[in-house]
Amino acid sequence: MTGTEWAGPVTAILAMAAATYAVRFAGYWIMSRVPLTPFLRAALEALPGAIIVATVVPLAMRGGLSAWIGIATATLAMVAVRKDIVALATGMGAVMAARALGLP
Amino acid sequence: MHAPHTSSPRPVPCTLAGMVEGARLSVPMLPGVLVFAAAVGAASAEKGLTLGQAVLMSFSVYAGASQLLALQLWPEVFSLSAIAALVVVTTAVNLRFLLMGASLQPWLSRGPAGAIHLGLAGLTDANFVIGSRYHAEGGQDAGVFVGAGLFMWIIWTLATIPGHALGHLLTDPKRFAIDMVMPLTFTAMSVGLFRLRRDRLAWPVAAAIAVVTAQLVSGYWFIITGAIAGSLAAGAFRDRD
Repeated sequence: MTGTEWAGPVTAILAMAAATYAVRFAGYWIMSRVPLTPFLRAALEALPGAIIVATVVPLAMRGGLSAWIGIATATLAMVAVRKDIVALATGMGAVMAARALGLP
Repeated sequence: MHAPHTSSPRPVPCTLAGMVEGARLSVPMLPGVLVFAAAVGAASAEKGLTLGQAVLMSFSVYAGASQLLALQLWPEVFSLSAIAALVVVTTAVNLRFLLMGASLQPWLSRGPAGAIHLGLAGLTDANFVIGSRYHAEGGQDAGVFVGAGLFMWIIWTLATIPGHALGHLLTDPKRFAIDMVMPLTFTAMSVGLFRLRRDRLAWPVAAAIAVVTAQLVSGYWFIITGAIAGSLAAGAFRDRD
């Protein structure tokens, strides 16, 4: 016990936090200095959906068939009733059922 | 929405009612956030972080996937290069926030600066998706984005504490589909974001590039490459009417 062994972890944590804040503000800051052309406007309008698709599809492929069954079920439930919590619950139920049946 | 619209000059409000609405819209994400934060707390305990350090990390970094990955690389000896490696990993996993901030800028830049900066400080996947969908459906109140971020920030930080103490009890999250909570929530939320004319090309491009990237490169780069490719496709093939 030297009394300073907290210094390394705390420094690492604060450095990680600083890097994360830089990233959080950088995109917003850059966009406020770039002229919003029609191209950029169309690209930005599509960006939220593109981020979600680019996140979910590879994760679903890693998750296997049961993940796809869950995603299909959640999508159908969402289209039918338009309630997040219902879509989440039915999707999770479908994944649990698929895994209980031994699907990958 | 056919006219070539320029940026609307109307100011954007940030109301308390909007912040409460943002918190309410976060509720479906709570199970995922609670379990994820508990898992991060448990991983912190395993790597020898004190409770104070675990809470400090969850409060100050507040970005779950990067925290978990950094903990996997957590060194025994904190040399400058070890800390630099943690920073690089954290930045790589969180680079998607850059795109999210860029995507929110046209809306939020018309709001009150102080509130917007507080909201951006708490920017994560959850309040990004909540805010984006709310705005896509015609909502203007920036409080929804800010409130969702602050609410989840508090929950995330607090849930690290029981995780640090008891997280080892969470033995088989896969059996209960806990690992699918975030992808399923995202899926449900994407239904409200889809616009046929704009996204019929952008979404397949985003998916294809993301999948190819995930095959070739480890880590979370697939989010960045897929999102940029889909977004550029939407820009390049926009309707010019």
